[in-house]
Amino acid sequence: MDATVLKEKSLHAVKSFGLPRLIITLFLLLLFIIAPFANVNIASGISDMLTRFGMNAVLVLAMVPMVHSGCGLNFGLPLGIISGLLGATLTLEFGYTGFSSLMMAILFATPFAIILGAGYGALLNRVKGGEMMIATYVGFSSVAFMCIMWLLLPYDNPSMVWGYAGTGLRTTISVEGAYLGVLDNFLRIQIGHFAVPTGTILFFAFLALLMWLFLRTKTGTAMTAVGSNPIFATASGVSVDRMRTLSVILSTWLGAVGIIIYEQSFGFIQLYMGPFNMAMPAVSAILLGGASVNKASIANVVIGTLLFQGILTMTPSVMNGLIQMDVSEVIRIIVSNGMILYALTRKQEATR
Amino acid sequence: MKGISKEFSGNKVLNDINFKLYPGEILGLVGENGAGKSTLMKILFGMDEIRDTGGYGGDVLIDGKKVNFASSEDAIKEGIGMVHQEFSLIPDFTVAENILLNREPEKYSVVSEIFGKRLNTLDAKEMQRRALKAIERLGVELDANKKISTLPVGYKQFTEIARELSKEDDERTADTKGIRLLVLDEPTAVLSEHEALALLKAMKMLSEAGIAIIFISHRLQEIIDVCDSIMVMRDGLIIKHVDKSEADVQKIASWMVGRSVKQDRIERHVSHVSDDVVFKVSHLRVDMPGEMVKDVSFEVKKGEIFGLGGLAGQGKIGIPNGVMGLYLAKGDVEFDGKSIKLNNPSEPLNSKIAFVSEDRRGVGLLLDESLEWNVSFGAMQVNNSFLKKIGPVKFRDNDAIRKVTEDYVELLQIRCTSTKQKARQLSGGNQQKICLAKAFALNPKLLFVSEPTRGIDVGAKALVLDALRKYNEENGTTIIMISSELEELRSICDRIAIVHDGKIAGTLDATRPSEDFGILMLGEMKEA
Repeated sequence: MDATVLKEKSLHAVKSFGLPRLIITLFLLLLFIIAPFANVNIASGISDMLTRFGMNAVLVLAMVPMVHSGCGLNFGLPLGIISGLLGATLTLEFGYTGFSSLMMAILFATPFAIILGAGYGALLNRVKGGEMMIATYVGFSSVAFMCIMWLLLPYDNPSMVWGYAGTGLRTTISVEGAYLGVLDNFLRIQIGHFAVPTGTILFFAFLALLMWLFLRTKTGTAMTAVGSNPIFATASGVSVDRMRTLSVILSTWLGAVGIIIYEQSFGFIQLYMGPFNMAMPAVSAILLGGASVNKASIANVVIGTLLFQGILTMTPSVMNGLIQMDVSEVIRIIVSNGMILYALTRKQEATR
Repeated sequence: MKGISKEFSGNKVLNDINFKLYPGEILGLVGENGAGKSTLMKILFGMDEIRDTGGYGGDVLIDGKKVNFASSEDAIKEGIGMVHQEFSLIPDFTVAENILLNREPEKYSVVSEIFGKRLNTLDAKEMQRRALKAIERLGVELDANKKISTLPVGYKQFTEIARELSKEDDERTADTKGIRLLVLDEPTAVLSEHEALALLKAMKMLSEAGIAIIFISHRLQEIIDVCDSIMVMRDGLIIKHVDKSEADVQKIASWMVGRSVKQDRIERHVSHVSDDVVFKVSHLRVDMPGEMVKDVSFEVKKGEIFGLGGLAGQGKIGIPNGVMGLYLAKGDVEFDGKSIKLNNPSEPLNSKIAFVSEDRRGVGLLLDESLEWNVSFGAMQVNNSFLKKIGPVKFRDNDAIRKVTEDYVELLQIRCTSTKQKARQLSGGNQQKICLAKAFALNPKLLFVSEPTRGIDVGAKALVLDALRKYNEENGTTIIMISSELEELRSICDRIAIVHDGKIAGTLDATRPSEDFGILMLGEMKEA
């Protein structure tokens, strides 16, 4: 073993892991190392990271189907989130509680996700090549439309509507008493400051497993081929439009489930402009995990969400401890948008 | 060029290459795919790729002076022009615009007086004149106002060559020189015999004007016809560099592959041809740009290898694309007594008809996926093979997929590092074999093979044809083969139909002399 062989081997290792991911990982490690000096508890830091991982992982997973079918990154995630919000508010309206309320929320959200996803998919089939830009506007305009609808829809559960008027939903609605923490507290591990939201992570693992299995079925394989070369897929007798629509419906449904899991941990349903900025963090996370516009795997989701949420939780607290100034929001924006920018410039090179 | 060598990530692809070229000389460069011809030319042309992968060893000398091109622009300044294997044309621009791209003759206007040269308007008339002049020198008929995207592939190639020729007329500044060396990388691979002939003529004219040409081709007869000297490469080495008087097709072919290659008719040991008509096409119309099929009817017998020949752009390629539902088609197609609905790709596939497309990279392959996926995907989607059932759900059977791919890699002698390799990384010939493997994996009863040997070397060509023959012999599969090379069709087919102007000009037995086919291909053109 001489130096050059070693150098080549390590270079190869860096290349396969991805240089940007390596830098971010090292940065995250550095944050944990200097955390004690900034009076930040490492155990609670890791707990925060895991909690946020659980909250966001399903939303990031929602990117996978559309990337596989060649529809690009799902910037239209707000549409899925809106389906989830409809499911959540309906569940509260009917007064479900406990674990069943979580299941009912997902169940109520499903038909909305399928219908909205089908329409969204049909739209994207007409704009092949420009999916991501159109998706962004679908997300934005659906949020604006729902801003009107949240006021008009005939909800009348007093815990959700504006107190003075008696109609129209409030901007934030607590899920306490319904499904708050039902997954977080399931098999929860708590040692002092250190906590693991076992149930939430298991639930994500379950969905991730389903997705992993799906991509290995005949239909899943066809979906990936459609994304890789649509003409090839057509020549092999696969309906490109149908596969793409299916992938959009799946992405939308996962977005709906994702927001319900998020609320379960966060404690509140955020309506109106709430879904507006949910797509960007999910997009940056999966890109950070090594996915590209046309290739994404479950590993990309897990690594990306961990790194992204790790940076987001650790950077502000460590920085605040060190420089006694609140720059958390600035760093958040720089990291998430910087990652998107970086990833979109290197479309083709994906690691699988 | 002296002592040129080049490595790609430790893989030596060129080794100590030395040769000289005189003004006006036409040098034929031949070698199997992957022998290093294209890489050598890329070095000469100063392509970025070479520098990005670590540069090269040795020197390139022009007029005795050592040159080191930082980019292709420098090479162009030294008077080197190159026509690439892959088209570098803008599909939505016209022929004239593409020929003169970035070198357009300009006119001054008031606006440009104020805002500078960048706002000069284009001189459309002058552009037209210069483009036409370049086209004329090529000796072909080409409408300078047509958009590239509407042209058949052969004409795209002419446009590329015309672009290099038109540089001759460019205004010369002190540091730019007129074109002196033209590199043509497989320009005839996509041309029909007639078009190729026109090109060869043009090359001779250019060489008389003192322009040296390096001509890369797999068609050996062309090389002998047109070149002054011939250089044969194999595995990154120059095997032979001889005067043309010392070479003939047989010799070159054996130098190339390092073994002797016969070009005789491939005799079939077993024949399954019966008198039953298994496939019937009547009044087929296909709307495929550049390959319009107007009214085609023919019948194919069970177990037969049926050839479809003809010149480029006459419609022979449109036939399989129409039947397979890839382009809008009208007419009646009957297979095995059942009528096949058109314009629906899954319909013929479900009736056990498979298609090996002439557009390997566009239609035939998933370039960014593994060989395993490429071989198994069609069969998985159409026949539900390579799936295993776990509970109610059917999953990919990765073991079966790997096994079948390995079998085909061995059977067709596909050169690859593993079955997990990406299809993009294979050479043209090996990609074609993967396309064949994909079709074979479908277990078809009828197999369309479109231009199976286009752009692949002699050794791979023989292998592909042999694989088709064997498949027909062993399984009794009816094969319809479409090719621009008549000799190739004659070597393997039972009967050959010649397509002319979107119609069948005639169907003849393959044993008939080639003149008869030539008359069908060209005879009618004289009438028209």
